[in-house]
Amino acid sequence: MKKVISANQAVSYAVVAAKAQVIAAYPITPQSSIVEMLAGFCATGALQAKFINVESEHSAMAACISASVMGARTFTATSSQGLALMHELLHYASGLRLPIVMANVNRALASPFNLKADLSDSLSQRDTGWLQFYCESGQEVFDTIIQSYRISEKLLLPVMVNLEGFILSHTYEIVDLPEQSQVDLFLPPAPARECLDVDNPCMFGSTTDYYINFRYKMHQDMEEAKTFCSEIDAEFKKVFGRDYGLVSTYLCEDADLILVTAGTIAGTCRVVADRCRARGMKVGVLRIRMVRPFPGKQICEPLRKAKKVAVIDRDFSPGCGGIFAQEVKASLQGINCGLPVYEFIAGLGGKDVTDKDIELIIEQTHNMPNRGESTWIGLLK
Amino acid sequence: MDRPAQIKFPIPEEELVYSGHTACPGCGAALAMKYVLKGLGPRTIIVIPPSCMGTIAAGFPFSSLKIPVLRIPFESTAISASGIRAALDVMGKEDIHVLAWAGDGGTFDIGLQALSGAAERNDNIIYVCYDNEGYMNTGIQRSSSTPAGAWTTTTPAPFVKDTPKKDIVRIMAAHNIPYIATASIGYPADLIRKVKKAKEIGGTRFILIFSPCPTGWRYSPEMTIRLAKLGTETGIFPLYEIENGEKYTLSSKRPEKPLRDYFALQGRFRNLTKENLQQFEERVEKEREYLKRLAG
Repeated sequence: MKKVISANQAVSYAVVAAKAQVIAAYPITPQSSIVEMLAGFCATGALQAKFINVESEHSAMAACISASVMGARTFTATSSQGLALMHELLHYASGLRLPIVMANVNRALASPFNLKADLSDSLSQRDTGWLQFYCESGQEVFDTIIQSYRISEKLLLPVMVNLEGFILSHTYEIVDLPEQSQVDLFLPPAPARECLDVDNPCMFGSTTDYYINFRYKMHQDMEEAKTFCSEIDAEFKKVFGRDYGLVSTYLCEDADLILVTAGTIAGTCRVVADRCRARGMKVGVLRIRMVRPFPGKQICEPLRKAKKVAVIDRDFSPGCGGIFAQEVKASLQGINCGLPVYEFIAGLGGKDVTDKDIELIIEQTHNMPNRGESTWIGLLK
Repeated sequence: MDRPAQIKFPIPEEELVYSGHTACPGCGAALAMKYVLKGLGPRTIIVIPPSCMGTIAAGFPFSSLKIPVLRIPFESTAISASGIRAALDVMGKEDIHVLAWAGDGGTFDIGLQALSGAAERNDNIIYVCYDNEGYMNTGIQRSSSTPAGAWTTTTPAPFVKDTPKKDIVRIMAAHNIPYIATASIGYPADLIRKVKKAKEIGGTRFILIFSPCPTGWRYSPEMTIRLAKLGTETGIFPLYEIENGEKYTLSSKRPEKPLRDYFALQGRFRNLTKENLQQFEERVEKEREYLKRLAG
């Protein structure tokens, strides 16, 4: 059934379709409407889940962790400061190999306060052992949540689904909500997990010198995730007719200049790429959808034929630059192609990244003989 | 050992703590665990944050407890138990007890927020705090349960702790939860009775167990039980129950021994001044009057 809904509502509908059993969440702008809607679904019985009104995001994740150890399908949603407060527990969840799915509505981290979109919150959690997806539309948000349960319950690793605050979270667009029977076909009930069994008492999470082995196993499974997520995406397409890839490319085959970005900026980039093509300038767009594990091979493959690459980051690591730019450069280093990567920081704190901004980025990349330090777009006068 | 048949033995014989665990000799916390599990029985799931008990419960791949254990983050004891409870409830497994078990550091300090949250929601869990009045696992640092006048490695003499112990029971009572009890390893029958009573009630139940620590309190290990009893006999640690935040029942008698008997046995109070002692006496008397008034 097609409905006009916001991406936050798409999250909530997806959690209902996935039949989550334990939801623990704490409100934070711009995530709150997810929590409100899910509380409502639990109250009316539309979702047969236990909803825990926790007193902090730290407790939200702690509740998801212990419920997930018991084998319940869990969900939480947060943003920015809330995600940062969870930081310790993000490591804990992946270390215990729990299939928790979380939506993070990307928002800038204080101080100073800013409630709008910025990917630095989730990107600063990229070493916590969670798979990370970055979405571009309400439909993709819905579909990625459904996919994430399949992925996490197979790999036993938690998944974070990211959507930009307000720009995506509060934008209403048409989302095709599939029939429950279709979702059930794709996503069977969570597999039983008899860890804390009173008839077979064992201890979980205690001290061990096998730590390095646990981490090595996590590394192997993260590597496997790249293949597995592609397979799940293909299977998803068979049932629902939609797929997304680990990266999505647009006009990259013959492009001289490829714009690389994540999230909603990609849409504007495509519009500008079309305009450039009309003027005879071969511009392509590559959107990175999955950030952990980082699909370096899938990113390098389309880039290697280009002459220049411009990475647009709505995020930033002080003292280093754009985070996507660093990751892309590290991957390109692996194929030793000497491709110049131009770095742009844009849209921090929810600033619009307009078609004019992107035209400026293309112009700079095209005209600059050598790549310099990262260029900041849209600084206020 | 044979016992005369006519003596009613109040302590269940089933042991749910294996011997060979890693507690120090004379550890009060290990006894607390032993008695609580005797009261709760084997259909119990426990969560343990960083604490001495985390160590006593042993490292991978061993466990000294005959019940399922989940090691959880320091701040999260109560909510971790609530998460397990929620999962058990949605799966229809309602006959299993969920026990949250933390030390005073994990309860009075870093775990207080999550505990307050669980209590306010009246989550269906049993929370036990074994109280040894300091961060003993990390090497005897002060917690907000450390009494005034006590030495710890972070309140070294002459700068011993100068503020009194936080009254966690009054904090919990203010949440109006169904059941609160103070208990002591010096009185196992009373302790187990309280655990069994808690077991029959729903909602958040909180039990504070006085658990002397020879290593941190600086006394000889064979005196643990004597000190535990002295704690109550001197009025330092009165035993009582609070039902629904309002019904107070005293289970210990009026203090009958002088406070100095309690302090004299412990190296941590070596620097106690006459002034400190007087303050203690006043506080104990005030607390006794307070409890007596509420118990009616």
